[in-house]
Amino acid sequence: MHRINLVKILTLLLLTVTISVNAQHNSQNEKKAENSHSKKDLKSEIKEYINHHLLDSHDFNLFSWTTDEGEHKYFGAPLPVILWDGGLKVFLSSKFHHGEAVAEVNGNYYKLYHNKIYKTDAKGTISLDEHQHPLNEKPLDFSITKNITFIFLVGLLMFLMFSRMAKSYKKNNLIPKGIGRLLEPIVLYIRDDIAIPNIGEKKYKKYMSYLLTVFFFVWIINLLGLTPLGVNVTNNIAVTLSLALVTYFLTTFTANKNYWKHVFWMPGVPWPMKIILAPIELLGTFIKPFSLMIRLYANITAGHIVLMSIIGLMFIFKNWIGSPLSFGLAFALSLLELLVAALQAYIFTMLSALYFGMAVEEHHDDH
Amino acid sequence: MTIPNIVGAGLIVIGAGLGIGRIGGSAMDAIARQPEASGKIQTAMLIAAALIEGIGFAALFAA
Amino acid sequence: MDKLIEQFSLGLFFWQTVLFVGLVILLKKFAWKPILDAVNEREEGIKNALDEAENARKEMQNLTADNERILKEARAERDTLLKEAREMKESIISEAKGEAQLQANKVIEQAKATIEAEKQAAITDLKNQVAELSIEIAEKVVKRELSDKDKQEKLVEEMLKEVTIS
Repeated sequence: MHRINLVKILTLLLLTVTISVNAQHNSQNEKKAENSHSKKDLKSEIKEYINHHLLDSHDFNLFSWTTDEGEHKYFGAPLPVILWDGGLKVFLSSKFHHGEAVAEVNGNYYKLYHNKIYKTDAKGTISLDEHQHPLNEKPLDFSITKNITFIFLVGLLMFLMFSRMAKSYKKNNLIPKGIGRLLEPIVLYIRDDIAIPNIGEKKYKKYMSYLLTVFFFVWIINLLGLTPLGVNVTNNIAVTLSLALVTYFLTTFTANKNYWKHVFWMPGVPWPMKIILAPIELLGTFIKPFSLMIRLYANITAGHIVLMSIIGLMFIFKNWIGSPLSFGLAFALSLLELLVAALQAYIFTMLSALYFGMAVEEHHDDH
Repeated sequence: MTIPNIVGAGLIVIGAGLGIGRIGGSAMDAIARQPEASGKIQTAMLIAAALIEGIGFAALFAA
Repeated sequence: MDKLIEQFSLGLFFWQTVLFVGLVILLKKFAWKPILDAVNEREEGIKNALDEAENARKEMQNLTADNERILKEARAERDTLLKEAREMKESIISEAKGEAQLQANKVIEQAKATIEAEKQAAITDLKNQVAELSIEIAEKVVKRELSDKDKQEKLVEEMLKEVTIS
């Protein structure tokens, strides 16, 4: 038992160390950048780095550094850029040279500015308004970014894991083998403790596919966000909005008469109250997926910001007391983030199940 | 971020923290009283806490 | 809030929705359905096995109860049989005893009768012999007495006398 705990702790320690090392790597280049590019405040440098980490990017970089000659070097691969700007335009993101160059496609010029693609002239001028927002035209951007690559990879991983698990049932006389042994209790937990109590024995089956997929998707992608790969999928509002919208549409399109009756004409209250309640209830149906979206986004974003800020503190203190202290803090926080990764997946699934349960609830006379 | 924003954010955090704290405390009491119902209590606690958290975050983003 | 809207990326939203919905559909077909079906089937199997075991246990109980009942019946039957046998034995013995008594009585009776008859016969025989002997003796005596004339006359006289008297 002790040994198992020890192994667990060591694994976590390793994970944290890799995150820290990765951050350190990046921060070292900041330090060097600080030396080469005249004086720039370290604090704002770290802040910028964190903001950059939270953003999506058009190429897949594991780390980058600056050579002594002041040249930026990147380790990673370019990803395809797909633009809709009066016609489909596809090219590799290496054309941008990490935002340093203007990409020319069929006579149109594009430039990366804060990881967004803007249409520019041949020189790549970006005109800014007084809030530092660019005024340039933005083409519709359907590029395969780093996050989309990861969404795809996680989907592939899940497909391989679960289809293999499904096959092992057939081969092995209804007993899972390999990865299935690990995953089956979780699948059963979602069925027995999330779906059945919230939706009900009769109707839970049609929602199981979504609940299981969303749970494992959010969980795995949250966990990947904690690895040193530097991906951060669930802290994009677009991703959480998409997930929440699926829940919302599933709730809306599978809802029965009873649900809509409760929304528009709440039974069992006097009629003036019904008129007041109807808009509130209607608003409630939108607030539910909205809170799902915000919760997942905010929890993961907050976790990443705090974790990276604490790691960043190491480079501000630069002494023997501050750095180990912030290392310890980062370690503890990483453990907490591991919990949060699972907890947010659980809560998303749980609340989705709860909303589905409300939508298909049968009529009761006790209201 | 202006100073009223920061103060507002602080107030939101205090409010949400108090709320979640109360939920957690009450859940502990309930579990101590009825340990056999701990599963259901935990679920209800998490849902309530998540709802407060959602409102808190929404307000934080508005602030 | 502004920051959120600014950060929103339509491309990411589009791809996430497409990939995620595709993932749900694919997994539903290739993973969740077979997994959940298999788990259900297994649970049904376990439930059935448990039910069967319960049934078997009940049957077993019934069987034991039956056995016990049969045993009890057999024991009761044996008891009644034994009792009957004992009664029969007693009745046979008592009957036999009566018969024997009767037989014995008869034998004794017969013996007694035979003895009586023998006795009578013996007595008759004895009487006959005594009578013969007496006659012989009387003959002999008479012969001797009547060997001389005097004595014969005398006797005739005596007898005549006697006849006259009577």
